[in-house]
Amino acid sequence: MTGAGLKIWTLHLALIAVLFSAQYWLSPYHATNLARIMVLAVFAMGYNLAFGYTGLLSLGHALLLAAGMYAAGLPAQLWGWSAGPAMIAGIAGGGLIAAVLGLLALRTAGVSFMIVTLMFAQAGYLTLLYFAPVTGGDDGFAVAATSRTLLGFDLSTDAPRFLAALTIFAVGLGVSLALVRSPFGRTMVAIRENEERSRMLGYNPFTVKLAALTISGLYAGAAGAAYAILFGYVGASFATIQYSILPMLYVLMGGAGTTLGPFLGALVMFVLIEAATGITTAHQFIVGAALVALILFAPKGILGTVRERWLRWLP
Amino acid sequence: MTAAVLALAASGLSLVFGVMRVVNVAHGAFYMLGAVLAWAVASFVPGPPALAFIAALILAPLLVGALAAATDGLVLKRLNYDPEATIVATIGLLYMIEQAILSLYGPNANPVQAPFEWRIQLPWFGYSGYKLFVILAACAVLLALWTFLTRTKAGLVMRATQVDSTTARAFGINTDRVYMGTFALGAGLAALAGVLIVPIQQAHYLMGGDPLLLSFIVVIIGGLGSLRGTLIAALVIGLSDGVISMFFTPTLAKILATLLVAMVLVFRPQGLFGARA
Amino acid sequence: MTKGLLHPTRRGLLMAGGAGLLTAALPGYVGAQAAPIKIGFQLHRTGIGAAYGRWYERTAQAALKLINDGGGIAGRPVEILFEDDATDPKRGSEVVDKLTQSDGCDVVMGTLFSHVVIGSAPRAGELKVPYLVCSEGYHVASGMLNRWTLQPGITDVRSQIQAMAPWISANLGKKVTMVFPDFAFGHDHRDFFTAKMAEMGGEVIAQIAIPPTEFGFIDSLEAVDTATPGLEFLEGTHFWEGHNRVKPADAGEHEAAYRAAVGVDDNGASVSDAADVSTYAHMFSTWETLFAIKAGMEAAGYQGPGDRQKFVEAMEAMTDLPYGIERPQGAKMFNGKTHQVFGTQNISQVQGGKLVRVHQTSMADGAYEDAVDYTTMSF
Repeated sequence: MTGAGLKIWTLHLALIAVLFSAQYWLSPYHATNLARIMVLAVFAMGYNLAFGYTGLLSLGHALLLAAGMYAAGLPAQLWGWSAGPAMIAGIAGGGLIAAVLGLLALRTAGVSFMIVTLMFAQAGYLTLLYFAPVTGGDDGFAVAATSRTLLGFDLSTDAPRFLAALTIFAVGLGVSLALVRSPFGRTMVAIRENEERSRMLGYNPFTVKLAALTISGLYAGAAGAAYAILFGYVGASFATIQYSILPMLYVLMGGAGTTLGPFLGALVMFVLIEAATGITTAHQFIVGAALVALILFAPKGILGTVRERWLRWLP
Repeated sequence: MTAAVLALAASGLSLVFGVMRVVNVAHGAFYMLGAVLAWAVASFVPGPPALAFIAALILAPLLVGALAAATDGLVLKRLNYDPEATIVATIGLLYMIEQAILSLYGPNANPVQAPFEWRIQLPWFGYSGYKLFVILAACAVLLALWTFLTRTKAGLVMRATQVDSTTARAFGINTDRVYMGTFALGAGLAALAGVLIVPIQQAHYLMGGDPLLLSFIVVIIGGLGSLRGTLIAALVIGLSDGVISMFFTPTLAKILATLLVAMVLVFRPQGLFGARA
Repeated sequence: MTKGLLHPTRRGLLMAGGAGLLTAALPGYVGAQAAPIKIGFQLHRTGIGAAYGRWYERTAQAALKLINDGGGIAGRPVEILFEDDATDPKRGSEVVDKLTQSDGCDVVMGTLFSHVVIGSAPRAGELKVPYLVCSEGYHVASGMLNRWTLQPGITDVRSQIQAMAPWISANLGKKVTMVFPDFAFGHDHRDFFTAKMAEMGGEVIAQIAIPPTEFGFIDSLEAVDTATPGLEFLEGTHFWEGHNRVKPADAGEHEAAYRAAVGVDDNGASVSDAADVSTYAHMFSTWETLFAIKAGMEAAGYQGPGDRQKFVEAMEAMTDLPYGIERPQGAKMFNGKTHQVFGTQNISQVQGGKLVRVHQTSMADGAYEDAVDYTTMSF
C-alpha cells in the first residue's frame, strides 16, 4: 500500500473508531440521532456514487430508498420475516429497482435524466398509494417487534441499534472507498468528466453508468431497510420527492465526489435543522438561506473546498 | 382551463430553461407568490373586485419579476448559471419563499373573488364565464409573448443568446441583462398564471408543487426551449389528464400518465417538437 | 397578519401565568413540589397539516391556561413544549425523541395526521413514554400500535362512519355517491362506509376519489368559509362535523366558555379576524386530551417519569367521561382495552351558506367490537 493509501485508510478507520466510541460519551438522545444520521449517510453515500463520481444527477432516489424499505418491511409485515432476511431483501430490492430504472432512464442524460428519474419515482410513490390495502398507503405501518431482532439482539433498544447502524455505515464507507480507488472507480470519474473520450478509449459508458446506478440502489435499499428495522416504521412519505432532494443536499453540502462528504453533509444538515428549530419557528427559512449561502461561497461543499485548498490527497 | 394556466406557467419555465439552461425549482413558488399577492391586493385595495383584480394582474407579475431579477443578480449570476449549482440555489429559494409565506400569510387557503360573475348557459351544461376569460387571457398573453420573441429586437437578442451566448456576447449583446430579463419574465409569467387561477382555486402556501411538476412535464414533452412545443404539450397534457381520469381512478390515472410521460422522454429524448441535439 | 417572519419559539413562556397564580394561592407549596409537569406537543407547524397545527396550538394553549388557572395538575403547574413535526413521520419520531430525552417531558401528545402518529408511536413505545394522540385514525383501536399509545380525546374514523351510516341511509336514501380523498384516511372512510351501507341494505353507487396531489388543497377545506363565493354549489350538502363549527341553538352550557377561551366566535372563526376560520370539527381533541391527561395523572398520583406506567394504567381504568368544560364536544366513553374513546357525531347541512346541525348520533351508534386488548400486552 502506498503512503497516500495508508493515510486515507487510516483516516476512514479513525472516523469509524470515533463513531464507535461516541455511544459511550454521547447522551442516549444524541446517540440515537447519530444512528439516524449514519443510516441517512448510507443513503447519501449511494447517491454520491451515482452523482458525485459518475455525474448522474438523479431526482428519483426516493424510489430506491422506498424500494429497500418496503422490500424489507412487507415480508416482515406479511410473513413475519426476521431482521436478517428482511435486511437482505431490502438491499436486493433497492438494487433491482435501480437496475430497472437505469435500463430505461440511462437512455437519457443531463436534465432529461433528472426529470425521467423524478417521473419514475413519482409513479412509484403513487403505486404505493394505489396498493394501499397491502402497503398501508400514506399511513404506512409499524414494524412488529419480532421482526426487529437479529441474532437475539433487540434492535429497537439503544446499544444494538447503534451498533447495527454503525456496522451498515462502516461497510458502506469501506466499500465506497475501495470502489472509488479501484480502476472501476476511475472509469466512473472518467465518464463524468468526458463521456465521449472514455467511449473512444474503449469503455462502454452505458454499462458503467448502469453498474454505478445499481450499486447506488444497493446503498439506498440498505438505508431504507435499515430505517424500517431500526426505527420500526414503513410509509409512503419516504417515496416523496423530498427524500430525493435530501441525499442531493447532503452530498452537495459535504462535498460531491468525496468519500466522507455524504456523512459530513448529513451530520451538518441534521445539526442545522435541530439548531434552527430551537431558535425560530421559521426554521425552513434558515435551511433555505444556508443552502443558498453554501452554493454561493462553497460550491464544492465542505470537503470539496478542503480538498481544493489544503488536503489534495482526500479521496 | 387547466391547459391554459399550465401553458402560461410552463412557458415561463421553458423560456428560462431555453435561454439560460437553468432548471428553476422555485418556479412553482413564483406561481404561488402570484396567487398570494393577488389575495393581498384584493384584501387591501378597496372598491369593486374587478378593480382589485386588475391591480393584482399588473402588480403581482411586476413584484415577482423584480424578486426574480434580484435573485438573478445576487445569486444565479454569481454561480455562472452552472446547472447543478442553480438547482441547489433555487431549492434554497423555494424553502425561503414557502417559509416566508407560511409565516406572513399563514397556512390557510384563502379565496379571492372573481372580477365578475356570470355563467354561460348552454343547453346541456353551464360554464363559468370567468373560466372562459382565463382561457382567453392566457391565449392573449401567449400570443403577445410569441410576438415579442419573434417580432421585436429584444426577442431577437434573447433568441440569439439562447442559440450561442458566447457569439452573442462577441456581437456586443449584454448577456447579463438578457439573462436577468429572461428570469424576471419567466417568473412574471408564473405569477400571472397564479393570479388568474386564484379565483378558482384559492391561495395556499403549498399550491406551487403541482404546477411545478406539470410545467416540467410540459416543457420536456414539448422539447426544451421550444415555445411552440411547450404550448402544444400544455394543451395535450391538460386535456389528457382529464380524459384518462374519466376511465380510471385518479391515482391509477396519475400513475399511467406519469409513466407515459417518462416513456416519451426515454424513447424520444428531444421531446415531440424539440430539435435533435 | 401581525406575525413577524422570525419569531421566537414559545417554549418556556407559557407557564408563567399559571405558576404565579399558584404561588399566590398556596404559599409554602413551592420548591421541589412545584416543578412543572411538562407535556410535549408534536405540532404540524409546517407541511400539509399547517392549517390544523395553528388552531391545535391555540386550543391547547387555551386548555393549558384553564388548567393552570384551576391549580394545574395535582397542584403542580403545567407547561407545554411545542415542537414542529413538519407533518412528516420521520421528523415526528425524532420529535418524540427530542421532547422525551432532551426536553424531559412527562408525556407526549401527537396531533392529527395519522402517518405521523404511526411513524412516531414505535419510538414512544421504545422510550416507554405515554403518547396521547388526536389523529382519529383506526390504527389505535385496530391494535397496530402499542400499550403506550392512547387516543382519549377523539373518536376514530371507523366509529364516526358507523354512527352516521344509519341516519344517512334512513334520511338521505339508500343510494349514495361518495366523494373521498384518495389518501389513507379517505380509504378508511370509503371502506367502512361502503361495508356499513351494504349491511343497512343500501348501496354506494359511485365512489369519487380526489387525487392525492390535489389533496393539500382539499385538506384545508375544513378551514374554509362555506359562504365563500364560488362554493355556492355546497348549498344543501351534508357534512360530518365532530364538533359543530356554527354554534347550534341548543348547544350545551359549556359551549360559550369553550369558544371564548379558544378565541372563536359563534361562526367558528377567530374573534380577531372573521376570515380566519378555525378547524373546529377536530381541534376540541387537543383540549379534551389535555384534560384527560390531567385526570389520568391525578388518578395515578403521578410524581414524575417513574410513574409513567401507573399513568397508563390509570388511563386504561377510565370509562365514563361526562359532559363538562373538560369535554365541550360532548360526553365520552373510554375503552381501556382498545385505548380508544367513543362519543357522538354530528351531521350538518349547508343552509344559507352556514353549517346547521341536522342530526346528532348516539354513543351506541358508534360502538363496535374490540379488535385488541392492549392491557394484556407488556409495558
